[in-house]
Amino acid sequence: MQKKIGYYPGCSLEGSSREYSESVVTLANAFDVELVQVPDWNCCGATAAHNLNSILSFSLPARILAKAQEAEMDTIVVPCAACYNRLTMVQHELKKNDTLRAEVNGIIGAELKCDIKILNIVQFIQMFVADFVASKQQFLFDKKVACYYGCLLVRPHDVLDFDRTEDPQSMDEVMKSLGANPIDWPFKTECCGAGMSVSRTDIVGRLSGRIVKEAADRGAEAIIVACPMCHSNLDMRRPALEKAMGEKLTIPVLYISQAIDMALGKSQKETGINRHFVPVNISLQNRVVVPEVVLEKTEEN
Amino acid sequence: MSAHIENNSLSAKLQHATEVKSAKCYQCGKCSAGCPVSNEMEYPPSVAMRLLQTEDPENDKKLLKSQTIWLCVSCEMCLSRCPMEIDIPKAMDFMRQKSLAEGLSHPKSKNIISFHKAFLDSIKFTGRLHEISLVADYKLRSWHLGQDVGMVPSMLSRGKLPILPEMIKGRKQVAEFFKKTKKT
Repeated sequence: MQKKIGYYPGCSLEGSSREYSESVVTLANAFDVELVQVPDWNCCGATAAHNLNSILSFSLPARILAKAQEAEMDTIVVPCAACYNRLTMVQHELKKNDTLRAEVNGIIGAELKCDIKILNIVQFIQMFVADFVASKQQFLFDKKVACYYGCLLVRPHDVLDFDRTEDPQSMDEVMKSLGANPIDWPFKTECCGAGMSVSRTDIVGRLSGRIVKEAADRGAEAIIVACPMCHSNLDMRRPALEKAMGEKLTIPVLYISQAIDMALGKSQKETGINRHFVPVNISLQNRVVVPEVVLEKTEEN
Repeated sequence: MSAHIENNSLSAKLQHATEVKSAKCYQCGKCSAGCPVSNEMEYPPSVAMRLLQTEDPENDKKLLKSQTIWLCVSCEMCLSRCPMEIDIPKAMDFMRQKSLAEGLSHPKSKNIISFHKAFLDSIKFTGRLHEISLVADYKLRSWHLGQDVGMVPSMLSRGKLPILPEMIKGRKQVAEFFKKTKKT
Protein backbone atom coordinates (compact mmCIF):
# COMPACT_ATOMS: atom_id res chain seq x y z
CA MET A 1 0.00 0.00 0.00
CA GLN A 2 1.29 3.41 -0.88
CA LYS A 3 2.23 5.70 1.99
CA LYS A 4 1.93 9.47 1.71
CA ILE A 5 4.29 11.87 3.39
CA GLY A 6 4.84 15.64 3.27
CA TYR A 7 7.81 16.88 1.27
CA TYR A 8 9.72 20.15 1.55
CA PRO A 9 12.33 20.20 -1.23
CA GLY A 10 13.60 23.75 -0.64
CA CYS A 11 15.04 26.11 -3.24
CA SER A 12 18.37 24.40 -4.01
CA LEU A 13 16.59 21.20 -4.91
CA GLU A 14 14.62 23.06 -7.55
CA GLY A 15 17.75 24.66 -8.99
CA SER A 16 21.44 23.90 -8.74
CA SER A 17 20.85 20.67 -6.79
CA ARG A 18 17.86 19.35 -8.69
CA GLU A 19 19.45 15.92 -8.99
CA TYR A 20 19.11 15.55 -5.23
CA SER A 21 15.35 15.96 -5.49
CA GLU A 22 15.23 13.66 -8.53
CA SER A 23 17.08 10.94 -6.66
CA VAL A 24 14.92 11.33 -3.54
CA VAL A 25 11.74 11.05 -5.59
CA THR A 26 13.14 7.99 -7.39
CA LEU A 27 13.99 6.45 -4.04
CA ALA A 28 10.59 7.19 -2.52
CA ASN A 29 8.77 5.75 -5.57
CA ALA A 30 10.86 2.59 -5.37
CA PHE A 31 9.62 2.05 -1.82
CA ASP A 32 5.99 3.01 -2.49
CA VAL A 33 6.13 6.33 -0.72
CA GLU A 34 4.36 9.27 -2.31
CA LEU A 35 6.04 12.60 -1.55
CA VAL A 36 3.47 15.39 -1.40
CA GLN A 37 4.95 18.88 -1.56
CA VAL A 38 4.03 21.36 1.17
CA PRO A 39 1.56 23.61 -0.69
CA ASP A 40 2.96 26.91 -1.98
CA TRP A 41 6.13 26.54 0.10
CA ASN A 42 8.61 29.40 0.44
CA CYS A 43 12.34 29.64 1.08
CA CYS A 44 13.43 28.86 4.67
CA GLY A 45 15.69 31.95 4.74
CA ALA A 46 18.81 29.84 5.22
CA THR A 47 21.94 31.41 6.71
CA ALA A 48 21.22 34.85 5.27
CA ALA A 49 18.06 35.34 7.31
CA HIS A 50 19.45 34.27 10.68
CA ASN A 51 22.61 36.26 10.08
CA LEU A 52 20.80 39.49 9.24
CA ASN A 53 17.32 39.40 10.77
CA SER A 54 16.42 37.01 13.59
CA ILE A 55 12.68 37.54 13.58
CA LEU A 56 12.52 37.09 9.80
CA SER A 57 14.53 33.89 10.23
CA PHE A 58 11.68 32.58 12.41
CA SER A 59 8.87 33.87 10.21
CA LEU A 60 9.95 32.27 6.93
CA PRO A 61 10.18 28.69 8.26
CA ALA A 62 7.05 29.33 10.35
CA ARG A 63 5.03 29.95 7.17
CA ILE A 64 6.26 26.63 5.78
CA LEU A 65 5.22 24.85 8.97
CA ALA A 66 1.85 26.62 8.85
CA LYS A 67 1.30 25.47 5.24
CA ALA A 68 2.13 21.89 6.20
CA GLN A 69 -0.18 22.12 9.22
CA GLU A 70 -2.98 23.52 7.04
CA ALA A 71 -2.58 20.57 4.68
CA GLU A 72 -2.79 18.24 7.73
CA MET A 73 0.69 16.83 7.21
CA ASP A 74 1.92 15.22 10.41
CA THR A 75 5.34 14.37 8.96
CA ILE A 76 7.49 16.14 6.40
CA VAL A 77 10.76 15.00 4.90
CA VAL A 78 13.34 17.71 4.27
CA PRO A 79 16.33 16.37 2.30
CA CYS A 80 18.31 19.62 2.39
CA ALA A 81 20.28 19.59 5.64
CA ALA A 82 20.17 23.39 5.86
CA CYS A 83 16.38 23.56 5.49
CA TYR A 84 15.98 20.60 7.86
CA ASN A 85 18.09 22.44 10.42
CA ARG A 86 16.21 25.75 10.11
CA LEU A 87 12.75 24.14 10.23
CA THR A 88 13.66 22.00 13.24
CA MET A 89 15.36 24.84 15.11
CA VAL A 90 12.48 27.21 14.50
CA GLN A 91 9.79 24.72 15.52
CA HIS A 92 11.79 23.95 18.68
CA GLU A 93 12.24 27.62 19.64
CA LEU A 94 8.62 28.50 18.90
CA LYS A 95 7.36 25.56 20.91
CA LYS A 96 9.25 26.50 24.05
CA ASN A 97 8.94 30.30 23.84
CA ASP A 98 5.31 31.50 24.11
CA THR A 99 6.13 35.19 23.59
CA LEU A 100 8.10 34.50 20.43
CA ARG A 101 5.42 32.12 19.12
CA ALA A 102 2.73 34.76 19.64
CA GLU A 103 4.81 37.33 17.80
CA VAL A 104 5.58 35.01 14.87
CA ASN A 105 1.96 33.80 14.69
CA GLY A 106 0.99 37.46 14.38
CA ILE A 107 3.42 38.03 11.53
CA ILE A 108 2.43 34.97 9.53
CA GLY A 109 -1.28 35.05 10.41
CA ALA A 110 -1.54 31.47 11.66
CA GLU A 111 -1.73 29.49 14.88
CA LEU A 112 1.19 27.10 14.91
CA LYS A 113 0.84 23.89 16.88
CA CYS A 114 4.55 23.09 16.51
CA ASP A 115 3.98 19.35 16.43
CA ILE A 116 5.09 18.39 12.91
CA LYS A 117 7.59 15.58 12.66
CA ILE A 118 10.48 16.86 10.56
CA LEU A 119 12.67 14.15 9.03
CA ASN A 120 16.07 14.57 7.44
CA ILE A 121 16.98 12.31 4.54
CA VAL A 122 18.75 9.73 6.69
CA GLN A 123 15.76 9.47 9.04
CA PHE A 124 13.54 9.07 5.98
CA ILE A 125 15.76 6.23 4.78
CA GLN A 126 15.78 4.59 8.21
CA MET A 127 12.00 4.80 8.39
CA PHE A 128 10.87 3.92 4.87
CA VAL A 129 13.77 2.29 3.06
CA ALA A 130 16.25 0.48 5.30
CA ASP A 131 14.08 -2.50 6.22
CA PHE A 132 13.17 -3.29 2.62
CA VAL A 133 16.34 -2.43 0.77
CA ALA A 134 17.68 -5.99 0.75
CA SER A 135 14.71 -7.24 -1.25
CA LYS A 136 15.01 -4.57 -3.94
CA GLN A 137 18.76 -4.17 -4.24
CA GLN A 138 20.12 -5.22 -7.63
CA PHE A 139 23.81 -4.40 -7.31
CA LEU A 140 26.32 -4.46 -4.49
CA PHE A 141 27.80 -1.07 -3.73
CA ASP A 142 31.14 -2.75 -3.10
CA LYS A 143 33.26 0.40 -2.86
CA LYS A 144 35.24 2.21 -0.23
CA VAL A 145 33.26 5.33 0.68
CA ALA A 146 33.72 8.35 2.95
CA CYS A 147 30.45 9.36 4.61
CA TYR A 148 30.47 13.11 5.07
CA TYR A 149 27.74 14.52 7.35
CA GLY A 150 28.73 18.19 7.50
CA CYS A 151 27.33 20.60 10.08
CA LEU A 152 23.64 21.10 9.81
CA LEU A 153 22.52 17.49 9.89
CA VAL A 154 24.01 16.88 13.33
CA ARG A 155 24.40 20.25 15.07
CA PRO A 156 23.20 21.45 17.47
CA HIS A 157 22.77 17.99 18.91
CA ASP A 158 20.63 19.11 21.86
CA VAL A 159 17.84 20.17 19.55
CA LEU A 160 18.21 17.94 16.49
CA ASP A 161 18.84 14.86 18.62
CA PHE A 162 20.11 12.98 15.58
CA ASP A 163 23.01 10.55 15.59
CA ARG A 164 26.30 11.24 17.41
CA THR A 165 27.62 14.73 17.22
CA GLU A 166 31.33 14.00 16.71
CA ASP A 167 31.38 10.61 15.04
CA PRO A 168 27.98 10.01 13.47
CA GLN A 169 27.29 6.52 12.13
CA SER A 170 23.86 6.53 10.48
CA MET A 171 25.04 7.10 6.90
CA ASP A 172 27.88 4.65 7.40
CA GLU A 173 25.30 2.06 8.47
CA VAL A 174 23.15 2.68 5.38
CA MET A 175 26.17 2.37 3.11
CA LYS A 176 27.33 -0.80 4.88
CA SER A 177 23.92 -2.34 4.28
CA LEU A 178 24.43 -1.77 0.54
CA GLY A 179 27.74 -3.62 0.66
CA ALA A 180 30.02 -0.59 0.90
CA ASN A 181 33.06 -0.25 3.07
CA PRO A 182 32.88 3.14 4.87
CA ILE A 183 36.28 4.46 5.89
CA ASP A 184 37.19 5.81 9.31
CA TRP A 185 38.22 9.42 8.96
CA PRO A 186 38.30 12.57 11.08
CA PHE A 187 36.41 15.04 8.85
CA LYS A 188 32.88 13.64 9.03
CA THR A 189 31.43 16.79 10.57
CA GLU A 190 33.94 19.46 9.52
CA CYS A 191 32.40 22.46 7.76
CA CYS A 192 32.64 22.75 3.94
CA GLY A 193 32.43 26.56 4.05
CA ALA A 194 28.70 26.46 3.40
CA GLY A 195 27.17 29.73 2.28
CA MET A 196 30.51 31.37 1.48
CA SER A 197 30.63 29.57 -1.86
CA VAL A 198 30.14 32.79 -3.82
CA SER A 199 31.31 35.51 -1.45
CA ARG A 200 34.53 33.83 -0.22
CA THR A 201 35.29 31.04 -2.67
CA ASP A 202 38.88 31.03 -1.38
CA ILE A 203 37.73 29.90 2.08
CA VAL A 204 35.48 27.22 0.58
CA GLY A 205 38.44 26.03 -1.50
CA ARG A 206 40.54 25.51 1.63
CA LEU A 207 37.85 23.97 3.85
CA SER A 208 36.26 21.72 1.24
CA GLY A 209 39.64 20.96 -0.30
CA ARG A 210 40.90 19.52 2.99
CA ILE A 211 37.82 17.33 3.26
CA VAL A 212 37.99 15.97 -0.29
CA LYS A 213 41.75 15.40 -0.14
CA GLU A 214 41.49 13.57 3.16
CA ALA A 215 38.80 11.24 1.78
CA ALA A 216 40.80 10.59 -1.40
CA ASP A 217 44.09 10.06 0.47
CA ARG A 218 42.42 7.44 2.64
CA GLY A 219 41.43 5.52 -0.45
CA ALA A 220 37.73 6.33 -0.63
CA GLU A 221 36.21 5.91 -4.10
CA ALA A 222 33.26 8.22 -3.40
CA ILE A 223 32.17 10.77 -0.85
CA ILE A 224 28.59 10.32 0.35
CA VAL A 225 26.68 13.45 1.40
CA ALA A 226 23.21 14.50 2.55
CA CYS A 227 23.25 18.25 1.95
CA PRO A 228 23.04 20.28 -1.28
CA MET A 229 25.44 22.94 0.03
CA CYS A 230 28.05 20.30 0.89
CA HIS A 231 27.49 18.74 -2.51
CA SER A 232 27.87 21.92 -4.52
CA ASN A 233 30.96 22.95 -2.58
CA LEU A 234 32.59 19.53 -2.95
CA ASP A 235 31.46 18.94 -6.55
CA MET A 236 30.67 22.14 -8.47
CA ARG A 237 33.46 24.09 -6.75
CA ARG A 238 36.07 21.39 -7.39
CA PRO A 239 38.41 23.68 -9.41
CA ALA A 240 38.64 26.05 -6.39
CA LEU A 241 39.40 23.06 -4.14
CA GLU A 242 42.11 21.81 -6.46
CA LYS A 243 43.63 25.28 -6.60
CA ALA A 244 43.73 25.49 -2.79
CA MET A 245 45.20 21.99 -2.41
CA GLY A 246 47.57 22.27 -5.38
CA GLU A 247 46.57 18.92 -6.82
CA LYS A 248 43.99 17.21 -8.98
CA LEU A 249 41.13 15.66 -7.02
CA THR A 250 38.92 13.26 -8.98
CA ILE A 251 36.85 11.55 -6.30
CA PRO A 252 33.09 11.85 -7.07
CA VAL A 253 30.48 13.06 -4.58
CA LEU A 254 27.14 11.27 -4.29
CA TYR A 255 24.01 12.04 -2.37
CA ILE A 256 23.10 9.11 -0.16
CA SER A 257 19.81 8.83 -2.05
CA GLN A 258 21.75 8.48 -5.32
CA ALA A 259 23.96 5.77 -3.84
CA ILE A 260 20.88 3.73 -2.89
CA ASP A 261 19.26 4.38 -6.28
CA MET A 262 22.42 3.11 -7.99
CA ALA A 263 22.31 -0.04 -5.91
CA LEU A 264 18.66 -0.47 -6.93
CA GLY A 265 19.83 -0.42 -10.53
CA LYS A 266 18.25 2.93 -11.42
CA SER A 267 19.33 4.77 -14.56
CA GLN A 268 21.52 7.89 -14.67
CA LYS A 269 18.44 9.91 -15.50
CA GLU A 270 16.64 8.62 -12.43
CA THR A 271 19.57 9.19 -10.09
CA GLY A 272 20.62 12.49 -11.70
CA ILE A 273 24.33 11.63 -11.47
CA ASN A 274 24.74 12.88 -15.05
CA ARG A 275 24.26 16.41 -13.69
CA HIS A 276 27.38 16.35 -11.53
CA PHE A 277 30.50 18.32 -12.40
CA VAL A 278 32.94 15.66 -11.18
CA PRO A 279 32.17 12.58 -13.29
CA VAL A 280 30.76 9.67 -11.33
CA ASN A 281 33.10 7.01 -12.62
CA ILE A 282 31.56 4.27 -10.53
CA SER A 283 29.86 1.30 -12.06
CA LEU A 284 28.34 -1.37 -9.90
CA GLN A 285 28.97 -4.77 -11.44
CA ASN A 286 28.25 -7.41 -8.88
CA ARG A 287 24.65 -8.49 -8.68
CA VAL A 288 23.10 -9.15 -5.33
CA VAL A 289 21.98 -12.65 -4.62
CA VAL A 290 18.91 -12.26 -2.45
CA PRO A 291 18.54 -14.95 0.17
CA GLU A 292 15.10 -16.57 0.03
CA VAL A 293 14.45 -15.81 3.68
CA VAL A 294 14.48 -12.08 2.90
CA LEU A 295 12.12 -12.52 -0.05
CA GLU A 296 9.63 -14.45 2.09
CA LYS A 297 9.81 -11.79 4.78
CA THR A 298 9.02 -9.02 2.28
CA GLU A 299 6.09 -10.91 0.82
CA GLU A 300 4.56 -11.16 4.27
CA ASN A 301 4.60 -7.35 4.46
CA MET B 1 14.23 37.06 29.35
CA SER B 2 14.94 39.62 32.02
CA ALA B 3 13.31 43.00 31.53
CA HIS B 4 16.21 44.76 33.10
CA ILE B 5 19.53 45.34 31.34
CA GLU B 6 22.35 45.47 33.84
CA ASN B 7 24.48 47.95 31.96
CA ASN B 8 25.09 49.31 28.51
CA SER B 9 27.73 46.78 27.51
CA LEU B 10 27.44 44.57 24.46
CA SER B 11 27.50 41.46 26.64
CA ALA B 12 24.56 42.75 28.72
CA LYS B 13 22.60 43.55 25.57
CA LEU B 14 23.45 40.14 24.18
CA GLN B 15 22.20 38.42 27.31
CA HIS B 16 19.05 40.52 27.38
CA ALA B 17 18.17 39.73 23.76
CA THR B 18 19.27 36.10 23.52
CA GLU B 19 19.98 34.77 27.04
CA VAL B 20 23.53 33.98 25.92
CA LYS B 21 25.90 34.57 28.84
CA SER B 22 29.45 35.31 27.76
CA ALA B 23 30.39 35.53 31.47
CA LYS B 24 30.31 31.73 31.67
CA CYS B 25 33.33 31.34 29.34
CA TYR B 26 36.42 30.03 31.17
CA GLN B 27 38.71 30.29 28.17
CA CYS B 28 39.38 26.62 27.53
CA GLY B 29 39.75 27.43 23.83
CA LYS B 30 37.92 24.38 22.48
CA CYS B 31 35.75 26.64 20.30
CA SER B 32 38.74 28.32 18.71
CA ALA B 33 40.49 24.99 18.21
CA GLY B 34 37.47 23.54 16.41
CA CYS B 35 36.40 26.65 14.49
CA PRO B 36 37.10 26.04 10.78
CA VAL B 37 37.71 29.74 10.11
CA SER B 38 39.45 30.83 13.34
CA ASN B 39 42.76 31.26 11.52
CA GLU B 40 41.11 33.89 9.31
CA MET B 41 39.65 35.80 12.25
CA GLU B 42 41.25 38.64 14.19
CA TYR B 43 39.37 37.40 17.29
CA PRO B 44 38.75 33.64 17.34
CA PRO B 45 35.57 32.67 19.23
CA SER B 46 37.18 32.30 22.67
CA VAL B 47 38.90 35.68 22.28
CA ALA B 48 35.58 37.21 21.21
CA MET B 49 34.01 35.80 24.41
CA ARG B 50 36.86 37.31 26.47
CA LEU B 51 36.39 40.71 24.82
CA LEU B 52 32.69 40.58 25.69
CA GLN B 53 33.51 39.74 29.30
CA THR B 54 35.57 42.90 29.74
CA GLU B 55 32.44 45.04 29.16
CA ASP B 56 34.77 47.71 27.84
CA PRO B 57 33.14 49.97 25.20
CA GLU B 58 36.37 49.92 23.20
CA ASN B 59 36.34 46.13 23.05
CA ASP B 60 32.64 46.07 22.18
CA LYS B 61 33.39 48.33 19.26
CA LYS B 62 36.32 46.14 18.19
CA LEU B 63 33.95 43.21 17.92
CA LEU B 64 31.25 45.05 16.01
CA LYS B 65 33.86 46.37 13.59
CA SER B 66 35.57 42.99 13.20
CA GLN B 67 35.72 40.64 10.26
CA THR B 68 35.34 37.82 12.80
CA ILE B 69 31.58 38.16 13.09
CA TRP B 70 31.15 37.95 9.31
CA LEU B 71 33.66 35.16 8.77
CA CYS B 72 31.76 32.89 11.16
CA VAL B 73 30.10 30.28 8.91
CA SER B 74 27.44 29.30 11.50
CA CYS B 75 28.67 25.70 11.51
CA GLU B 76 27.91 25.40 15.25
CA MET B 77 31.10 23.46 16.03
CA CYS B 78 31.93 25.92 18.84
CA LEU B 79 28.58 25.38 20.55
CA SER B 80 28.71 21.63 20.18
CA ARG B 81 32.12 21.49 21.91
CA CYS B 82 31.63 24.19 24.54
CA PRO B 83 31.70 22.62 28.04
CA MET B 84 29.61 25.58 29.27
CA GLU B 85 27.14 25.29 26.39
CA ILE B 86 27.51 28.93 25.42
CA ASP B 87 25.55 29.55 22.23
CA ILE B 88 28.35 31.39 20.42
CA PRO B 89 26.60 31.13 17.00
CA LYS B 90 23.65 33.00 18.48
CA ALA B 91 26.04 35.62 19.86
CA MET B 92 27.56 35.97 16.39
CA ASP B 93 24.08 36.49 14.84
CA PHE B 94 23.36 39.14 17.46
CA MET B 95 26.65 40.94 16.88
CA ARG B 96 26.23 40.87 13.09
CA GLN B 97 22.82 42.49 13.34
CA LYS B 98 24.10 45.04 15.84
CA SER B 99 27.07 45.82 13.63
CA LEU B 100 24.86 46.43 10.60
CA ALA B 101 22.36 48.50 12.59
CA GLU B 102 25.14 50.72 13.90
CA GLY B 103 26.85 50.98 10.52
CA LEU B 104 30.07 49.46 11.87
CA SER B 105 30.54 46.49 9.56
CA HIS B 106 34.09 45.88 8.38
CA PRO B 107 34.75 47.07 4.81
CA LYS B 108 36.48 43.78 3.97
CA SER B 109 33.32 41.89 4.90
CA LYS B 110 31.33 43.74 2.27
CA ASN B 111 31.13 40.75 -0.07
CA ILE B 112 29.79 38.41 2.57
CA ILE B 113 27.16 40.95 3.61
CA SER B 114 26.27 41.68 -0.02
CA PHE B 115 25.67 38.00 -0.61
CA HIS B 116 23.33 37.67 2.39
CA LYS B 117 21.43 40.79 1.33
CA ALA B 118 21.14 39.60 -2.27
CA PHE B 119 19.86 36.25 -0.99
CA LEU B 120 17.10 37.92 1.02
CA ASP B 121 16.22 40.27 -1.88
CA SER B 122 15.56 37.27 -4.06
CA ILE B 123 13.15 35.72 -1.54
CA LYS B 124 11.43 39.04 -0.95
CA PHE B 125 10.18 39.27 -4.53
CA THR B 126 9.33 35.70 -5.41
CA GLY B 127 9.02 33.83 -2.12
CA ARG B 128 11.74 31.40 -3.15
CA LEU B 129 15.41 31.75 -3.89
CA HIS B 130 16.21 32.14 -7.57
CA GLU B 131 19.89 31.54 -8.10
CA ILE B 132 20.37 33.63 -11.26
CA SER B 133 18.70 36.64 -9.61
CA LEU B 134 20.74 36.06 -6.46
CA VAL B 135 24.05 36.05 -8.30
CA ALA B 136 23.08 39.01 -10.52
CA ASP B 137 22.03 41.01 -7.45
CA TYR B 138 25.26 40.02 -5.66
CA LYS B 139 27.37 41.11 -8.62
CA LEU B 140 25.72 44.52 -8.71
CA ARG B 141 26.21 44.93 -4.98
CA SER B 142 29.82 43.72 -4.96
CA TRP B 143 30.94 44.80 -8.46
CA HIS B 144 32.36 41.32 -9.00
CA LEU B 145 30.77 41.30 -12.41
CA GLY B 146 32.89 38.64 -14.04
CA GLN B 147 32.97 36.17 -11.14
CA ASP B 148 31.82 32.61 -11.91
CA VAL B 149 30.63 33.57 -15.39
CA GLY B 150 32.62 30.61 -16.69
CA MET B 151 30.38 28.24 -14.73
CA VAL B 152 27.16 29.38 -16.39
CA PRO B 153 27.27 27.32 -19.61
CA SER B 154 28.09 24.10 -17.75
CA MET B 155 25.40 24.76 -15.15
CA LEU B 156 22.86 25.42 -17.88
CA SER B 157 23.79 22.29 -19.80
CA ARG B 158 23.32 20.26 -16.62
CA GLY B 159 19.90 21.76 -16.05
CA LYS B 160 21.10 23.36 -12.82
CA LEU B 161 20.08 26.95 -13.59
CA PRO B 162 16.39 27.54 -14.19
CA ILE B 163 16.13 30.82 -16.11
CA LEU B 164 12.81 31.95 -14.69
CA PRO B 165 12.06 32.24 -10.97
CA GLU B 166 9.28 30.25 -9.33
CA MET B 167 6.71 32.78 -8.19
CA ILE B 168 4.79 31.41 -5.24
CA LYS B 169 1.18 32.45 -4.67
CA GLY B 170 2.02 33.74 -1.24
CA ARG B 171 4.83 36.01 -2.41
CA LYS B 172 3.00 39.16 -1.30
CA GLN B 173 2.60 37.65 2.14
CA VAL B 174 6.32 36.83 2.23
CA ALA B 175 7.14 40.40 1.15
CA GLU B 176 4.96 41.56 4.05
CA PHE B 177 7.15 39.55 6.48
CA PHE B 178 10.08 41.67 5.38
CA LYS B 179 8.16 44.86 6.12
CA LYS B 180 6.83 43.63 9.45
CA THR B 181 10.23 42.44 10.67
CA LYS B 182 12.22 45.40 9.41
CA LYS B 183 14.41 46.88 12.10
CA THR B 184 13.49 50.42 13.02
